[in-house]
Amino acid sequence: MVHMEYYLIVSTIMMFAGIYGFLTRRNLLAMLISVELILNSVDINFAVFNRFLFPGQLEGFFFSLFAIGVSAAETAVAIAIIINIYRNMKNIQVRNLDKMKW
Amino acid sequence: MNITLDLIVFVVLALFIVVSSILAVSTKRILRAATYLLFVLFGTAGIYFQLNYSFLGAVQLLIYAGGITVLYVFSILLTSSEGDQAEKLKKSRFLAGLAATLAGMGICLFVMLKHKFLAPVFEHGELPVREIGHALMSTEKYGYVLPFEVISILLLACIIGGIMIARKR
Repeated sequence: MVHMEYYLIVSTIMMFAGIYGFLTRRNLLAMLISVELILNSVDINFAVFNRFLFPGQLEGFFFSLFAIGVSAAETAVAIAIIINIYRNMKNIQVRNLDKMKW
Repeated sequence: MNITLDLIVFVVLALFIVVSSILAVSTKRILRAATYLLFVLFGTAGIYFQLNYSFLGAVQLLIYAGGITVLYVFSILLTSSEGDQAEKLKKSRFLAGLAATLAGMGICLFVMLKHKFLAPVFEHGELPVREIGHALMSTEKYGYVLPFEVISILLLACIIGGIMIARKR
């Protein structure tokens, strides 16, 4: 059996790769890709904790199942918003999105 | 510790995931970033299969790798012109982001590896789909019919919202 910590190390690296991308990317779609990485790493953690620490129960399993569904919904709405922004401004770089700033 | 087939499969998957996720956030072209994201999602599905959660792995492949990535590729092709490169960031911003990431990762790994978890046990054997279905539809304790209905409402709201936001005026 593989140690539980190994899975957690992989998901931690994935999560911080996502955070790095979120901090340094300046394109809305690239930032959304980073958010997907973060969500995905959390799903791995739930499944791993469920499998190794509470094998008789199903809470972590269902939490990752519903998290996958919620993140799919979130991505669809975010991409709709991004396409709408592109239609109005012809650009999706974060630097140019200051129309709604006070 | 002795080397088993389990461990070899895990190491291959872990290297695949780590390399792809780092490339996904560091590559200059955004279409390549989406492709590396697809690789990361495949690797994650592999980890679910290795944990004997085949249903979760199949859901991951269907929804993430099948649906979301296609959505990303479509919207990238719609919104970015050819030869579009990520714009150069100021050196100080880049270094600040990198430092924050590395510090956070160090703290997280330290806390996680120091923490004493409950004694981990690994039971081989597949989680039967019948059990998942019964838990998803049951109203008893440990039944998940309420979140199931709530997520269906959420998906409906998301469909309507997506159409309303993206339609032509």
